[in-house]
Amino acid sequence: MNGVSAIVIGASAGGVTALFSVLGALPADFAIPVLCLLHLPDDRHSQLAEVLQRRLRRPVREALDKARIEPGLIYVAGPGYHLSVERDFSFSLSQEAPVHFSRPAIDFLFESAADAYGPGLLGVLLTGANEDGARGLLRIRQSGGRTVVQDPRDAQVALMPEAALALHDPDHILSLGGIGQLLATLEPSAC
Amino acid sequence: MTSERNTDIEIRLLIEAIYLKYSYDFRDYSGASIKRRILHAVRQFDCRTVSALQERVLHDPGMFLELLQYLTIPVSEMFRDPGHFLALRNEVVPLLRTWPSLKLWIAGCSTGEEVYSMAILLREEGLLERTILYATDINPHSLERAKQGIYSMQSMREYEENYRKAGGRRDFSEYYTAAYGNAIMDSSLRDNVTFADHSLATDSVFSETQLVSCRNVLIYFNKDLQDRALGLFHESLCHRGFLVLGSKESVDFSAYSEGFEPLVRPERIYRKT
Repeated sequence: MNGVSAIVIGASAGGVTALFSVLGALPADFAIPVLCLLHLPDDRHSQLAEVLQRRLRRPVREALDKARIEPGLIYVAGPGYHLSVERDFSFSLSQEAPVHFSRPAIDFLFESAADAYGPGLLGVLLTGANEDGARGLLRIRQSGGRTVVQDPRDAQVALMPEAALALHDPDHILSLGGIGQLLATLEPSAC
Repeated sequence: MTSERNTDIEIRLLIEAIYLKYSYDFRDYSGASIKRRILHAVRQFDCRTVSALQERVLHDPGMFLELLQYLTIPVSEMFRDPGHFLALRNEVVPLLRTWPSLKLWIAGCSTGEEVYSMAILLREEGLLERTILYATDINPHSLERAKQGIYSMQSMREYEENYRKAGGRRDFSEYYTAAYGNAIMDSSLRDNVTFADHSLATDSVFSETQLVSCRNVLIYFNKDLQDRALGLFHESLCHRGFLVLGSKESVDFSAYSEGFEPLVRPERIYRKT
């Protein structure tokens, strides 16, 4: 199996707990950048990076416009703007209309990351009461990347994983524990 | 995979064609967002491919104007990020007062919400009469709507909340007349406003200014084009002039990080050094 260049994770309702669980399983020297997008009300959104950083005891940054994506870092999307990955592996922000009532939208992050990383991308879709992310995950697969969907039976809210499963058969359907274990064993790609 | 690669090639060709034919330069826009907007237009215009859209755009200037509405993002609101306008009022206005006359540039003014917000703030501070406001954009439809100053009443009710939080001193409804579900802005607010077609990608500086406001425009540009735009602002601004940006924009990683210093960093208010 080839190495992984980046991981994108999308979640909505129930997502904070799910993110703690998955990211908490990563070893301290985990080198693959992890880009997280969680739907949250705007005011709570802004503190997500700090909360995660304190809890995980590792660097977590808000994804800033034009910032280069660095290995070994966890990024979270900030409130009010769509987050995309550019071909030069930097972030960009935009204010197109919300998708599935969401800005940032998981679909936009996943699709743009699929364009940038191609087969080097691994996409994870977790709990949520929204169909955002299903199309993006399919796009990751179409670009040669790997896809993981949280087992709907394990999800706090099953709608988001179910919507993803309705569009394609992912490489893995796992519980939160299983997703954490899988990510922890991934090897970074050579480049 | 192959079709994705084709799409990327087609998008580059379309952007090149637009530049060659219409001199609108989207070549240094951030790729992910412009790609989404082009593909959205392809679907809306019922074209089979981006190439099919290109053929229509190339041979029909009217079609290009329609496409332009998709390529630019008219997302705006009045007193967006109220804290920003409160900081302008408290930290910048006292310094603006020291100039006998003022020129302000709202770059990328879209449908005019930022222009009317600034004009209202200046009027309440007694500065509007001695100010010339340049409001520029690349989209002629947006400029036309900005000139008309007609907005839906529904959005005005949302802006009213922003206006209050931004330190507004009057009843917001004093600034417009309601008619048929729309609000028509008090036309005296734009007595000193010059609306003009101007591109941050291809045009140059047209006036010396004391303040440039360019909010949520730079995020659509790549680094090179951001630097070009910041260069124009730097050149336009007088000694110790002000630059104000959108809430997720900064000069920090640009070629002009030394050319501006933060005055109110969290509100993205900078001063020329």
